[in-house]
Amino acid sequence: MKAELLGRADHFDALAIPLFLDKVPAGFPSPASDYCERALDLNELCIRTPAATYFVRAQGDSMIEAGIFSGDVLVVDRSLEAKHGDIVIAEFNGELTVKKLELKPETRLVPMNSRHAPVPIPDGAELEIFGVVTTVIHSLRNP
Amino acid sequence: MFALVDCNNFYCSCERLFRPDLKQVPMVVLSNNDGCVVARSPEAKALGIGMGVPLFKVRDDIKRHGIRIFSSNYTLYGDISARVMQTLEQFTPRMEIYSIDEAFLDLSGIGKLDDYGRQIRTTVKQHVGIPVSIGIAPTKTLAKLANSAAKRFRATRGVVELCDPRRQQRLLAITPASDIWGIGRNLTRVLQRRGVKTALDLARMEPHRARRLSSVTLERTVRELNGENCIALEEATPKQQIVCSRSFGEKLTDNREVREAVCEFTARAAEKLRREKLLARMVSVFIRTSPFDETGTGYGNTATGTLPRPSSDTLEILHLVSRLFDMVWKNGGRYAKAGVMLGDFCSPDILQLDLFDTGTDHRRNDNLMRAVDSINRDGRGMIRFGGQRPRKDWFMRQEHLSPAYTTKWNCIPVVK
Repeated sequence: MKAELLGRADHFDALAIPLFLDKVPAGFPSPASDYCERALDLNELCIRTPAATYFVRAQGDSMIEAGIFSGDVLVVDRSLEAKHGDIVIAEFNGELTVKKLELKPETRLVPMNSRHAPVPIPDGAELEIFGVVTTVIHSLRNP
Repeated sequence: MFALVDCNNFYCSCERLFRPDLKQVPMVVLSNNDGCVVARSPEAKALGIGMGVPLFKVRDDIKRHGIRIFSSNYTLYGDISARVMQTLEQFTPRMEIYSIDEAFLDLSGIGKLDDYGRQIRTTVKQHVGIPVSIGIAPTKTLAKLANSAAKRFRATRGVVELCDPRRQQRLLAITPASDIWGIGRNLTRVLQRRGVKTALDLARMEPHRARRLSSVTLERTVRELNGENCIALEEATPKQQIVCSRSFGEKLTDNREVREAVCEFTARAAEKLRREKLLARMVSVFIRTSPFDETGTGYGNTATGTLPRPSSDTLEILHLVSRLFDMVWKNGGRYAKAGVMLGDFCSPDILQLDLFDTGTDHRRNDNLMRAVDSINRDGRGMIRFGGQRPRKDWFMRQEHLSPAYTTKWNCIPVVK
């Protein structure tokens, strides 16, 4: 697996206006101004619609092949329409569950662990989707 | 053109958001200190649980029907409310947040209002997960009426567009006057004596007669019912007062304990005042025993005073609060609730110092307060004033409190 350096992450409360150190001449842009950027914000990477974003915690081993482990925090976006193949939070048997959603050839919730069986949703039964999982936060080290 | 968007059974809906097992289950949410029922799910309403009834009066019903009870979780409701409002903002540049679960939207210039209303409803349901009802009409009073129709009649599927005058009249005819926005119990009685029973009777009243009968407010209601827009959207209402009050977990009888609570409320209220960048002139202190206390006679009292000069300084306000507290205190009471209210606000920019006041003390205290606030912001209540109690264990009874699902990492919902 290759890792790519994206930039510097920092903590900041408000979006500061970038300070341009060099004058801005007309015509050819200064190559130096490219370096004037604010630090990266993880929220920006993980959250598209704040009002529709909820966090939940995964428990159990049914999704390990999707890279979701027990204790991971999942970022859930309710504003997205759930599509075939999405990892979703669904309501099942009166509780919330995280599974892969399959709509073809039939609607079912598929665990991503070969030791668990898929859950078929019978025709006519209403499958309530809580939201679509967009990001997994997996901590590699306990504080 | 206004839309009133109102969340359905808001507190119950919030409690259900992460608990699919509570769907269709009768449930109620209790007021501070688990005293009274302040929200009911439709199933609990159907079982005849009244609004505002004290918990002890419905204990039997609750047991018999397996009604689930929740302490009010304002951390959760506040967060969900903010999400609803933020979602609504996408639909109009002008809106007024009317309460934690209601907002008026200005929809002027939008065609196909019914479609738009449905789109708003679907979006809030999908994005936040809270069902809302929407009433759309040319005036706020009619929008309120349309909203209650959207709630009452299932066939409307949550949205009523009430722009056609004939439809307005038909709905007014089947609505009691008492259901109209701003018509309270007293006014209902006054109107009934004049033979005004339905909302349509009220709408047909001569506006000037309405004013003579009650006030300009009633006249405005009559005009609004006829489609004449009299109540504007208030986008940013300046605060009129700041109240900080609580019910105690257990009844307090000790002067020192109640005084400490009142000092605590003062510190909170002054903090809020500074956050609003305002100064207060008026300070009020109240204490009261429980209205359901069967052991003693009820007692409640309020004292109000004026600060020598408008201030947001906790120390200056505490000084007055302490004197006011002595005025309301009576030995022998079992106190259930106390509070502090600040009012008569002005902005620090237009503050006039009196002739001999150089303003130096003022500025020095400003800096002190700023320091106190910035320290307390992180650790809430790290720095406290002499009169405040060191611990908050007397605060609230919350035996049925749900987790802070959306605001604390260790409380987020678990999925399997």
